[in-house]
Amino acid sequence: MWDYTEKVLDLFYNPKNQGVIEDTQGSGTAVVFGEVGSIACGDALRLHLKIDVESDTILDARFQTFGCTSAIASSSALTELIKGLTLDEALQITNKEIADYLGGLPEAKMHCSVMGQEALEAAIYKYRGIEVEHHEEDEGALICTCFGITDNKIRRVIIENDLTTVEQVTSYVKAGGSCGSCLADIEDLIAAVQDEKTATSARVAAELAIAQQQRPLTTLQKINLIQQVLAEEVRPVLLADGGDVELYDVEGEVVKVVLKGACGSCSSSTETLKFAIEARLKERVLPSLVVKAV
Amino acid sequence: MTVIYLDNNATTKVDPVVIEAMLPYLSKYYGNPSSMHAFGGQVGQAIKDARSQVAQLLGAEESEIIFTSCGTEGNNTAIRAALAAQPDRRHIITTQVEHACVLNVCKQLEKQGYTVTYLSVNNQGQLDLMELEAAITGNTALVTTMYANNETGVIFPVEQVGAIAKEYGATFHVDAVQVAGKLPLNMKTSTIDLLTISGHKLHAPKGVGALYVRRGFRFRPLLLGGHQERGRRAGTENVPGIIGLGKAAELANFELKYMQRETRLRDRLEHGLLSTIPDCEVNGHPTQRLPNTTNIGFKYIEGEAILFSLNQYGICASSGSACTSGSLEPSHVLRSMGLPYTILHGSIRFSLSRLTTDAEIDRTLEVMPGIVSRLRALSPFNSEAADWLQDRAAAVVGTR
Repeated sequence: MWDYTEKVLDLFYNPKNQGVIEDTQGSGTAVVFGEVGSIACGDALRLHLKIDVESDTILDARFQTFGCTSAIASSSALTELIKGLTLDEALQITNKEIADYLGGLPEAKMHCSVMGQEALEAAIYKYRGIEVEHHEEDEGALICTCFGITDNKIRRVIIENDLTTVEQVTSYVKAGGSCGSCLADIEDLIAAVQDEKTATSARVAAELAIAQQQRPLTTLQKINLIQQVLAEEVRPVLLADGGDVELYDVEGEVVKVVLKGACGSCSSSTETLKFAIEARLKERVLPSLVVKAV
Repeated sequence: MTVIYLDNNATTKVDPVVIEAMLPYLSKYYGNPSSMHAFGGQVGQAIKDARSQVAQLLGAEESEIIFTSCGTEGNNTAIRAALAAQPDRRHIITTQVEHACVLNVCKQLEKQGYTVTYLSVNNQGQLDLMELEAAITGNTALVTTMYANNETGVIFPVEQVGAIAKEYGATFHVDAVQVAGKLPLNMKTSTIDLLTISGHKLHAPKGVGALYVRRGFRFRPLLLGGHQERGRRAGTENVPGIIGLGKAAELANFELKYMQRETRLRDRLEHGLLSTIPDCEVNGHPTQRLPNTTNIGFKYIEGEAILFSLNQYGICASSGSACTSGSLEPSHVLRSMGLPYTILHGSIRFSLSRLTTDAEIDRTLEVMPGIVSRLRALSPFNSEAADWLQDRAAAVVGTR
């Protein structure tokens, strides 16, 4: 028997916000839904959002879920978490926050929280007119053919949840959970992400140390460091969303970047700039950096 | 909350009479049956009686019964023994729907150079004997099948399978873990060479089982050591377990003639569910089935969620859905039957025992419609007409 928390069982037996939202048309609101999963996989979620067009705020969220106890509880948790948020704020919700809201999920059930986060993205992308197909057909290589999972998606879940084992990856995104022929590839991906992480931290730290001992970073050093952080920590996350970023120029403290793919057309690109890119560069390279899109 | 236990193919309640019979062997009679003193010797006599009780249930002779620790050990031992008996033969025939303790042994044997044929089943869970005839050759060392399937209860025509195996000189092993105590067995008139049973499926405790080995079969043991079980299964006997299995076998043999009572309850449950809940169907052949088992697919919802809902009412059942297995795949048995995913993920097995009551069936029939309709109200695929079945083809056709 699964070791579910009281919160999971409570939201399963007494779910909040189940059902659909009637599209009332006009009155400054829009109704949209996003969906992930399939009946073949054994779980699926359709998330309905009512959005205030003016303020870009989620007025109401409802769910319809085909799935197990934790899938239903995760869906209900998601709706509770996002009500009242702006779309940009909602996009920052990670699967981990959904799981935390539930007081944790058994590891083999973590994919239920990932499903929630994906349905939310799907709904918001749909509202913003970003092709969901584009999002799904990220340019990554297909690793798990049974569940259709690309290397970009696996990389993202490894990075965001700091995963270290193949079993964890399977629990989070199902990859490798069926025929098992991709388990070795997943192992390689974990090793690669970990290597990159260690290597980046070490290199950045080393260069910063040198810089602090001697003199302020030269523009060349800055560019090198920024390139490294973008390539190894930022782009993998953006790629998983069908987006990408390229460094255009560095002028003093101002880092100019070009947002590409889904990021280029996405109205949450400001958020992407601030949270995904600028925050990371401030932390990794120089606290005074400012990122601008060109 | 009182428990309504409808998961007897998973395990059964130890009969109080069985516990009574075992107790002295957990306290007073703790001697080792291998000892030379009379104190141990009297335990040896009790084991002999238990062996006789098990032999009677199987229609076998006492010398043909080896006590084991469980069904898994019985099946592992039988497969290895059959291969050791005819070491020149390198082919095994089994089915796609066996228990893991047969399938995983076969998978390992494939790595060791054996060829294994996994016979398919049709959408009612039945074997095709033509497929067996086409696969079997003079190189076939072993044909191993279950007598009845644990998930669906579908019964295989074992005597017909055995007749074909005999024709080619192959050993015939049967996993009868789900059958002992539910269907009459008579090894004297059977084609079966080796047959596995497990105690905890017939109201004996866990940790004891038996393997029937036809007299004259060239048996090679799996466990080597002392001379227990006449050298065919080394290791100090699980005396209380064996006494319990003996008593349980005696009770089961007596209860066989009342089996129609269990069938009546099962049918009442099955008909009741099918008539009060739309969009559900029985998985497996309607009549070629164990008297105690029904496996029902409730479309558009997921089995684990049904189980947790039943749990609120103290009702115990099981499911073949992916979410209950810990793997991410639904039941291999139901998939082999080519059932649609809408059925696979929403399948629930109810398995009764002689202890099941009319009141328990009534209660289950009372709560199930509400559980199913609540979960269907939550589901985006709540009917065939639902506008969102991206993978409708897969959901309807089954096997990916």
